[in-house]
Amino acid sequence: MGQPVPRYDAAAKVTGRATYASDMPLDNPAYAFLVTSAIAKGRIDRFELDDAKRVRGVIEIVTHENAPKLKDSKLFSNGGYAGTTIQPLKSAEIAHDGQIIAVVVAESYEAAREAANRVKVSYSAAAPSATFDSPGTTTAAAKGQNSQFKEDPKVGDFAKAFDAAEVKLTASYATPTQHHNPLELFTTSCAWTGDNLVIYEGSQYVHGLKNGVAEQLGIDADKVRVVNPYVGGGFGSRGSMTPRTAIIAAMARRLNRPIKLVPTRDQGFTITTHRAETRHEIKLGASRDGRLVALRHEGAEVSSRPDAYCVGGTKTTTRLYVCPNVDSLVSIVRADRNTPGFMRSPPEVPYLFALESALDELAVELNMDPVELRRINDATRDPIDGKPYTSRSLMACFDEAAKAFGWSQRSPQPKSISDGDWLIGYGCAATCYPTLMGPSAARVRLQRDGRTRVEIAGHEIGTGAYTVIAETAAERLGVPLEKVAVFMGDSDLPPAPVAGGSNSTASTCSAVMMVCDQIRQRLFKALMPSDTLADKAKETVGISPAPSTQAAKGDRSLDIEKAFDALGVGVVEEYGEWKPEGAPLDSFRAMHNGQVRLVGGHQMKDQIAYAFGAEFVEVRVNRFTREIRCPRLVGAFAAGRIMNPRTARSQLMGGLIWGMSSALLEATEIDERNARYVNDNLADYLVPVNADVPGVEVILLSEEDDRINPLGVKGLGELGNVGTNAAICNAIYHATGQRIRKLPVRLEDIEL
Amino acid sequence: MRPFSYQRASDPDMAVQALSAAAAANEPLTKATAQPLAGGTTLIDLMKLDVMRPSAIVDITPLAQAWSAIAPGGDGLRLGALAKMSVVAAHAEIQRSYPVIADSLKLAASAQLRNMATLGGNVMQRTRCNYFRDVSYENCNKRNPGSGCAAMDGVNRMHAVLGTSDQCIATYPGDFAQALIALDAMVEITGKAGTRSMPFAQLHKAPGSTPDIETALQPGELISAFSISGRWPRSVYLKARDRQSYEFALSSAAIALDVQDGTIRDARVALGGVATVPWRAREAEALLKGQKFDDGLAQRVADAAFADAKGRKHNSFKIALGKRVVARALQQAVTMEI
Ligand SMILES: Cc1cc2nc3c(=O)[nH]c(=O)nc-3n(C[C@H](O)[C@H](O)[C@H](O)COP(=O)(O)OP(=O)(O)OC[C@H]3O[C@@H](n4cnc5c(N)ncnc54)[C@H](O)[C@@H]3O)c2cc1C
Ligand code: SF4
Repeated sequence: MGQPVPRYDAAAKVTGRATYASDMPLDNPAYAFLVTSAIAKGRIDRFELDDAKRVRGVIEIVTHENAPKLKDSKLFSNGGYAGTTIQPLKSAEIAHDGQIIAVVVAESYEAAREAANRVKVSYSAAAPSATFDSPGTTTAAAKGQNSQFKEDPKVGDFAKAFDAAEVKLTASYATPTQHHNPLELFTTSCAWTGDNLVIYEGSQYVHGLKNGVAEQLGIDADKVRVVNPYVGGGFGSRGSMTPRTAIIAAMARRLNRPIKLVPTRDQGFTITTHRAETRHEIKLGASRDGRLVALRHEGAEVSSRPDAYCVGGTKTTTRLYVCPNVDSLVSIVRADRNTPGFMRSPPEVPYLFALESALDELAVELNMDPVELRRINDATRDPIDGKPYTSRSLMACFDEAAKAFGWSQRSPQPKSISDGDWLIGYGCAATCYPTLMGPSAARVRLQRDGRTRVEIAGHEIGTGAYTVIAETAAERLGVPLEKVAVFMGDSDLPPAPVAGGSNSTASTCSAVMMVCDQIRQRLFKALMPSDTLADKAKETVGISPAPSTQAAKGDRSLDIEKAFDALGVGVVEEYGEWKPEGAPLDSFRAMHNGQVRLVGGHQMKDQIAYAFGAEFVEVRVNRFTREIRCPRLVGAFAAGRIMNPRTARSQLMGGLIWGMSSALLEATEIDERNARYVNDNLADYLVPVNADVPGVEVILLSEEDDRINPLGVKGLGELGNVGTNAAICNAIYHATGQRIRKLPVRLEDIEL
Repeated sequence: MRPFSYQRASDPDMAVQALSAAAAANEPLTKATAQPLAGGTTLIDLMKLDVMRPSAIVDITPLAQAWSAIAPGGDGLRLGALAKMSVVAAHAEIQRSYPVIADSLKLAASAQLRNMATLGGNVMQRTRCNYFRDVSYENCNKRNPGSGCAAMDGVNRMHAVLGTSDQCIATYPGDFAQALIALDAMVEITGKAGTRSMPFAQLHKAPGSTPDIETALQPGELISAFSISGRWPRSVYLKARDRQSYEFALSSAAIALDVQDGTIRDARVALGGVATVPWRAREAEALLKGQKFDDGLAQRVADAAFADAKGRKHNSFKIALGKRVVARALQQAVTMEI
């Protein structure tokens, strides 16, 4: 652990041997193609299917009139599995743009697609409410309607303190709809053998999907298996069940034949989830010397009509800095949209954009270095509940990143640096992400020759999960890394939590470590049946129950051969279930039912756990074209123990780039007249290309945190892309003197 | 996408035959049952989107043998229509004598696309209007004549401010065409009746009341070459866009100047990303001729170029942007070392 070993799956991926869900061989499959709604609200009057049915090879066209009946699915936050409760093909009603309204099944993909193109639909369209400010939306506080949003954090007397504050700032911010667009499309293949269903689908939660589909089909969950050894990117889009899976499963059962669905890129924009557009108002009161005395964060998020989804990032923004008087409010605006969902750092991206921009504005107001403003208000305890941070290296990150970036050379005056046609600005912002963990099981099998097999239904979404799990087992068992084989992405394996909330490494590696220790104990007991597991072990056979410190103490490694001789077996296999401290009582039951019980962040009993970082950017604004470019991104991060600096760096680098993308490029445009997405393809939904990111630097700070979990690991997958949005706007202010409070920033927003 | 027949044309005659055989009377080219296939980077895209539904594809890539020469000569330049964008952009003599051409190609699309795409296909590429490219939108006069225009009051940030009509405001998206129109290129067209030439400026048709008619080409006709007279070493292509590479222009300017002893003898100004067709700003050019350059002149030229521009909800910024792009491109052309 802690070594930058190459990725376990590197060769498989670069040689194309890695099999993704839609690569899985199926026996004589039929192919499905979706027809999606061209209106966002109203009903279907009539389908004309004759033309489509005449296409050679068409087997069946399913609409609400003849679709298999499915049980309703509850939202994941209400004890269910689904990312939306809008169930397509149930009635003629349309609840959002691009809703699935028919599925064509044919002998070939091409025939299915052609027939889908020939389906004609007549609608009675109603006027939909698209988003904020559209007529017909309803707004209400999140508290009371979203069971996971329990409280608007507050402390002290905000109104009074703000009133009396020496320096005051009020500012409003806005963020757009965004889509994940993982490269692997949202494919689903379903194959039945008798009563048993196998689903091949890129999922960030195989156990959740398995249980959710079983519930919708009304069958025993043990009859369902979800398989996806590799997932071609998730970013949250594959975290909860979407309606397509049960539909395809039910159709495959009816047809008695495997069905493979490969939706198009633009269908992916509406058959899964998205990051909702948000609005914020921040009020900051401070003393002249920069101490915060009052902070209020009000956020509003758009959701669908039936589902009260929200991310509620005030849980983080009210706890980031010392402030005695804090107030907050999150509300949900209901519109005729699909239900939004998780997207990389769901709460932190929009909410920290607002707070970290406002802090920069306050620093300008105070004529103070923004880094110093953060230092003055740096917290060691959560200001709302008074709990201590398990560890917090925010200012160390600021100092390291500032040094690497050359922050001290900055002249604070806006518009003071330029290079030819380009105005140059520097900006920075804090980044953070809660440390979350969930119950996880694992099975480990050790052979006499050291070959090791680790089984855990974790998910390789590109983060390096195979690699860090293999590293954990190799170190714990004292076997060479090459001898460890890891099996994941299969719901027949011991359950692991959703690959979301950056919990995977902490959860799965903790479970694997615990199970490896069970094996060690068995071997140890075999060698010394009469001894207890005490330090005495080290004197005799050179193993201790805590092998991570083995090398440091100069111990010999476990003599596996000897232990196997003593045991008299060829293979030792152990299964175990691990849960983090403070996990709820029903944790293991929920784990087997495919329900997530993540703990951590601010919800721990006596402490609060976050990973931190600081991000610095250089922005260039062309004085003629106003084009905005970002030649330099520098981030320093501290996230407890770094399991593998290579994969960690890759996550954080990707995060910084995505953060820049979010600040300058990414927005799903919605036509407000009809509540439909307009740029739903990768040519028009812009993400950065190589030429946009000439310089990215990631600095990993060492941080020891022995209070958080046995490994001392904090999740960092979602840490990198949080602060960047504000850092870029802060740099644009420095370059141009213009404060931009709405993302993404485009050249037409710049006035010089 | 719908089924289609595929035929490889081994020579120009065969291509023209195959294309005209399938042509129905009075069919606009964009709806013709048979379409030529060059690099395919526009055509296949639009077929997958179900926007174009040809039932016959005539693959003209074998014509590259005859039609891909890059021939700079004493009196000008001839470019075969099947030359690849990347090859032309990298050609040393083009870079030296026609930088506006080399840059317009180099700044277009991505390396992979430029390796596939041909000059003929490039000038014939169709608009990126999202409502045009998504058949689930009913209202698109270009795709569906008489159905209305969803972009007019919809999301129209990328749309045109020049050459629009009340029927269509779709932007002509390409870059290379601005270089051609600026340099008074001629386009050579090969059809059943043989080969004819016409000014490139007459190839594209503003939408007017027939946005579905995009060019002067008839079904069965192919572009075989482009030609330009003279050399234009003092020329630039400036392109403003949302990201640093692989993105269409929000505004671009192709400028070519002939400056002698500080006086502008000849000037060409063409605009991209802002107009419905490759756009030549002749009124603006007139202001430059016979003048000495200064920033005030650049400003007046830029204002003249956009005098008739009409913005809509999201694209009005293109007027101010376009002016600054023209002014900056002029400065660059004047000061460039040749
Ligand atoms: C994501 C993306 C980004 C892009 N960005 C840019 C950009 O920034 N700037 C830019 O300029 N372009 C851009 N393009 C467009 C690209 O340059 C064109 O698709 C390409 O040049 C078309 O050439 P082709 O040979 O592939 O044409 P094809 O797709 O083969 O043909 C295009 C059309 O022209 C017709 N055609 C082809 N050859 C002839 C001929 N000789 N005579 C008559 N008709 C013919 C075809 O029938 C078809 O209708 C982009 C494309 C994509 C997909
Ligand atoms: S601008 Fe033109 S192409 Fe776009 S929707 Fe309107 S008519 Fe169609």
